[in-house]
Amino acid sequence: MDATELRERVRDFLQRHDPATMDRLEFLRARFDAGLAWISYPEGLGGLGAPRSLQPVVDNEFAAAGAPDNDPMRIAIGLGMAAPTILRHGTDEQRRRWLRPLWTGEEVWCQLFSEPGAGSDLAALGTRAARDGDGWIVNGQKVWTSLAHEARWAILIARTDPALPKHQGITYFVCDMTDPGVEVRPLRQITGEAEFNEVFLSDVRIPDAHRLGEVGEGWRVAQTTLMNERVAIGGGAVPRGAGFIGVVARAWRERPELRTPGQHDALMKLWVSAEAGRLTAQRLREQLATGQPGFEGSAVKYAFARLNQEISGFELELLGEDGLRYDDYTMRRPTGVGWDARSPGYRYLRAKGNSIEGGTSEILSNIIAERVLGLPPEIRVDKDVAWKDLPR
Amino acid sequence: MSLLYSDVEEELRGSVRRVLADRAPWTAVLKRTESDEPYDQALWRTLAADIGVAALPVPEEFGGAGASWREAAVVAEELGRAVAPVPYLGAAMATEALLTLAADELLRPVAAGQRTVVLAVPLGTGPTATPPVSVRADGDTLTGTVTGVADALAADVLLVFAGDAIYAVEAAAATRTPVLSLDLTRRLADVTFDAAPARRLAAGEPTRQAWRAGWRAGAVLLASEQLGLAEWCLTTTVEYVKTRHQFGRPVGSFQALKHRLAELWVAVTQARAVARYAAGCLADDDPDTAVAASLAQAHCSAVAVRAAEECVQMHGGIAMTWEHPAHLYLKRAKSDSIALGTPARHRATLAGLVDLPG
Repeated sequence: MDATELRERVRDFLQRHDPATMDRLEFLRARFDAGLAWISYPEGLGGLGAPRSLQPVVDNEFAAAGAPDNDPMRIAIGLGMAAPTILRHGTDEQRRRWLRPLWTGEEVWCQLFSEPGAGSDLAALGTRAARDGDGWIVNGQKVWTSLAHEARWAILIARTDPALPKHQGITYFVCDMTDPGVEVRPLRQITGEAEFNEVFLSDVRIPDAHRLGEVGEGWRVAQTTLMNERVAIGGGAVPRGAGFIGVVARAWRERPELRTPGQHDALMKLWVSAEAGRLTAQRLREQLATGQPGFEGSAVKYAFARLNQEISGFELELLGEDGLRYDDYTMRRPTGVGWDARSPGYRYLRAKGNSIEGGTSEILSNIIAERVLGLPPEIRVDKDVAWKDLPR
Repeated sequence: MSLLYSDVEEELRGSVRRVLADRAPWTAVLKRTESDEPYDQALWRTLAADIGVAALPVPEEFGGAGASWREAAVVAEELGRAVAPVPYLGAAMATEALLTLAADELLRPVAAGQRTVVLAVPLGTGPTATPPVSVRADGDTLTGTVTGVADALAADVLLVFAGDAIYAVEAAAATRTPVLSLDLTRRLADVTFDAAPARRLAAGEPTRQAWRAGWRAGAVLLASEQLGLAEWCLTTTVEYVKTRHQFGRPVGSFQALKHRLAELWVAVTQARAVARYAAGCLADDDPDTAVAASLAQAHCSAVAVRAAEECVQMHGGIAMTWEHPAHLYLKRAKSDSIALGTPARHRATLAGLVDLPG
């Protein structure tokens, strides 16, 4: 399968499905069924088993034809995290049930992983899933859940055996967010808005058919999700000069009165870092496309967080007086207005989360040091202790 | 353009690495720094002629291998990893200059690894539109001095800028005074011409093109050398902190060191992408090559220096001794960061190229 053949297929598809006249959802469903959704997925599941590196060829063809997309930002968690996990660890039936509406955006997904008492130490999580006939009853509290208020489904990890050490007693489920036991409360952030939520789970029923992977294997299954999360954050394809550096470069060009010599070299250092980060992400995508395993995703995420924080901090200082003004601290759900349309203070504040979400930079450093460089692991006093006996 | 290594490139890397492991272990490199022959000419002949690294960027019509600067950059990585005392950088810059001049009769022996031609400019010269000129031409002779020329001591022929022309001079016709250079594995020399017989290769715009192309090839290869050097420093330091015990545990088990090494790994990962991009641009004669070259220099210079400095610090006292290789890498890294323009110079150049004026 090469680019020419793919273009041919898309054009053939477009001849039979006119995006101008067809219903958006019907169009997306048909695209999925034709294997032109995520082409690296298997046939029958929205793909053609084609190289992932050729995905842009397909996306560009559809975009050029004015075809509707699946609003990937809105379903980022489904696309980036839930889908690869379902594909890898799900049963045939689970894949068939969930992947299609996930990709078309009919069903939004969220991620119920972190808890108030289990952040960096995610494996210490205490949300309990207890056997109940042919299903499970779940109780607990999750936090930092983006899109929970829009989600139809959630990927969930919960403790199924408190008598085992923390990594062993976890099981991975898919949770129905419309269950009456699920309560979603907005969590207001330092920016004023509420991107994410607290989720309270009270006697939520999950059928055993909604378990992903074996009982007690949840931690291993979650690794698929977490690895993909780190690729998703900061790993996207962007042209040179996009992202935070593009915003500050525009301000620099448009407002020569703000410039100082010291800031000029500082700006160029940031520009170099941004370009280095962009090329690293590009190389990472190439590696992933050829199926080369690697931890470069962690490198990309780590560098991206620091860079965004440095650039947005620089931008505020550059703007001086204007940097003292903020646009809107009203408590609201994100309105679809992008970070580039917000005030610089918003970028500065929001970027602080980049080194916390999806694995803190400190945890990433440990992962790189231990798994990539092979340095001695942290002393883990809790590793072989039954979860229920851990101090908390 | 792919930023990954091809199978052919990995094979080439393997061949070069084997030769260097056999012929230029750090103990031999260290010993040579205080000998009368700071360049290992026998090793250079093996690499240039037998492995064929001199022929890589030269098209077949000039007797070359018809590969590209991409492959040549992989060689630079390995030479950086070994801080090998061979005149690869100066020779590569001259090769690219000769290619723009289509100087057939000089390129053939270069590609065959029989003669070493070196570009006689100060190693510290940054990105400039016109070549640095400190020598004057009188008819067919040159008079004047070029200071701080890398690899001149290992050259058979020097390419010299004088007036608005470029000349070829037999190295034996010049006086090459060795400089005690900060980096003992890449020696500098002050090169003096006293009515030295010279052959004019070109004048006017082709001269300036030859300079810009030669410099650019040097800057791109230097970034790959810095990558290889940084990788050596990282790998060696990681191995050391696994075995060095203090307080009853490997010092590499302390987060204070683990996190810094993780950060260094991130930096090296980025340097690889940046260096590969620059090599790819140079090989494809991409319009973005000027940006890619200065970007690679601005980024990889800093990464190599940091890697070498961390290598010294994390080895502790042993790295302050002459008998440990860390200083060879520190000296090469710091001198590389000044070579062909400091990071600050490259950032200033980039500012002009990407429309971010000061």
